[in-house]
Amino acid sequence: MSESTIAPQQTQTPPQPGDLNDQLIASDFWTDQMLAEAGIPVVDVPFVTFGGGIGSFVTVDYLRICGVPTSAMRVLTPLKTPWESYEYLTTVSQIPRGERLRSDSSSCPDNIWGFPSYAIREALQGDLKQAWNVLVEPIFANYYTPRAGHAFESMEKEMYRIRYPEMVVNGQVRMVRRRVGGGYFTILTPPEGATPTKRIAYRSQWVHVAVGYPGLKFLPDLQRYRNEHNDYSRVVNAYERHEHVYERLHQRPGTVLIRGGGIVASRVLQRLIDDRDQRGLQTQIVHLFRTYVDRPHGTGILKRRKGADGWAYQGFNYPKSVWGGQLKQQVRKSEGEERARLYKEMGGTNTPVRRDWKEQLRRGRSEGWYRVMIGSIEDMRPVGDLVEVTVSTPDQGPHTGTFDAVIDCTGLEADIREHRVLADLLDHSNAQRNPVGRLDVQRNFEVTGAQNGGKIYASGSATLGGPFPGVDTFFGLQIAAQEIADDLIAQGFAQKLGPGRSTSQWWKWVRNKQI
Amino acid sequence: MLPTLSGRIQTRIFLLAVVGSIWTLIITPVLPTEASLAASYGATFSVLLVVLVLGVLWELVYHGIQQFRWEKDWPTLFGLLTAIPEGLLVWFLFAGGAIPWIGSLPGPAFVIHFVSTWLIVWLVANGPMRVPFIHWRINGGRLI
Repeated sequence: MSESTIAPQQTQTPPQPGDLNDQLIASDFWTDQMLAEAGIPVVDVPFVTFGGGIGSFVTVDYLRICGVPTSAMRVLTPLKTPWESYEYLTTVSQIPRGERLRSDSSSCPDNIWGFPSYAIREALQGDLKQAWNVLVEPIFANYYTPRAGHAFESMEKEMYRIRYPEMVVNGQVRMVRRRVGGGYFTILTPPEGATPTKRIAYRSQWVHVAVGYPGLKFLPDLQRYRNEHNDYSRVVNAYERHEHVYERLHQRPGTVLIRGGGIVASRVLQRLIDDRDQRGLQTQIVHLFRTYVDRPHGTGILKRRKGADGWAYQGFNYPKSVWGGQLKQQVRKSEGEERARLYKEMGGTNTPVRRDWKEQLRRGRSEGWYRVMIGSIEDMRPVGDLVEVTVSTPDQGPHTGTFDAVIDCTGLEADIREHRVLADLLDHSNAQRNPVGRLDVQRNFEVTGAQNGGKIYASGSATLGGPFPGVDTFFGLQIAAQEIADDLIAQGFAQKLGPGRSTSQWWKWVRNKQI
Repeated sequence: MLPTLSGRIQTRIFLLAVVGSIWTLIITPVLPTEASLAASYGATFSVLLVVLVLGVLWELVYHGIQQFRWEKDWPTLFGLLTAIPEGLLVWFLFAGGAIPWIGSLPGPAFVIHFVSTWLIVWLVANGPMRVPFIHWRINGGRLI
């Protein structure tokens, strides 16, 4: 999420024309008359998607390819580009444009077919090593993964090809409410001064909710430290901007405590060690694992995930076959407790195996500047320029040490209620929670319980725990887009993407022909 | 690839029947079969048919092996290397006279036909297949 996505949408200001009134705020169903009385102008469009990140983008991309004209869809968003929020997060968590993401070669948000994949495109531009990599992975090479910049640049190209900017309306969505007589009203708050009224209502038959992460949640100890000591500089979360930590280590040698066993911990460690290697720094690293994985682990011989040196190893954030194969089929057919069990078996923090990372940590261990602890943080307090951290360990009781910085690499997601629009869906549109507490969606990504002569769809992180596990990934968003498009095709909104249309549309993609 | 068992079988049948047949039609006249064109087609299409029928059984084996993989995936390389046991088995069946309706198929002709067909089918399965069949990859390789 970017600041713009989670920023409060309004402060108390004097009434402006065309604002929400108490009656609207309190009512689950709105009539056209109620909006007219409030002076809120109404725009008619069949399909509205809001959020405006990669989830909205791939859904609109799919529908454009299925022949839906730009005039039939609107993207309501505070973002300048679909990848703005994502790029903010990857950049602060140490994956700038030149670094590689954790994503499969054929998960291409710019190309619904996933062909040619990123690796093949790199090979076609002369880097044949990448084609070899996808041929022999994961047996003789680590999984190929695209550079962040490659993903953004190709999305930008597709954005213009499908005339995405023509559909974008700038602003922040405040709520969706059901309309008496069918369909929905989506209330947009445009930037201040951009329109004569404070709000605009979009009246549509279909609404797509793609708001991304509801928010970031910090572990209680981090939150407590911040509340008590008002220090946001020495104790940071890796999903926040924390470049100053690296800069300070350039100015003077220091010791850093890293917490977490996921991809972000891996990348932060790489950044610290790259800085050591390239700039001759003397940074000392202490790495705190809550759960230390020292061997392959799992619930049986057929469910055994690799692990060593503290880390659980997995190519992507879920076992690969959730994006199309056996596990996708298995979870799709499951309900309730069985589904929760499947999620649990696949779950747990993990990171991909990368040879360069392993080499750096091996060197760190043998030279003594990378040390591992097992336990959890009990207390943190500032001591002069440093932070004193007490860690409770399972075997040896509490340990106390001082650090120049603590980088928390755990990524907890906030409850869906933290997002105002999702909370409003729960309170006023009969949306439900799924077994893991997120927004419940059906197999077609329709929000359960919200039908009203039309449908609300949702995709992305908010829907985790549903019949499809890999929702918060490039390909997961595309799979959701496909399910949504298929459902809309069945309702007559878009044209079927059979072999003929699919092939001719792909050929247009190859030629970068605008549609 | 991320196949399910039925996806494997459907993909195997479809690709061999369509892509394999087209390729066999094209390549058979230039194979060193030392036989009439009709006899050559009889032999090469028999190879294709045997690969297809035995292939369904092989897919059961591969599916079993896949269960030992945490990711439940089937790496691209496996799809290529499985040509070796499958090709050898088909060749032994032909050479041993287990396919009664075929006279003989010279080794070089068999190798050229089998290897080229396998490569083409494997290439199509690893990319181009997704172009006409947009649902194929998320349905575990199922076409219906």
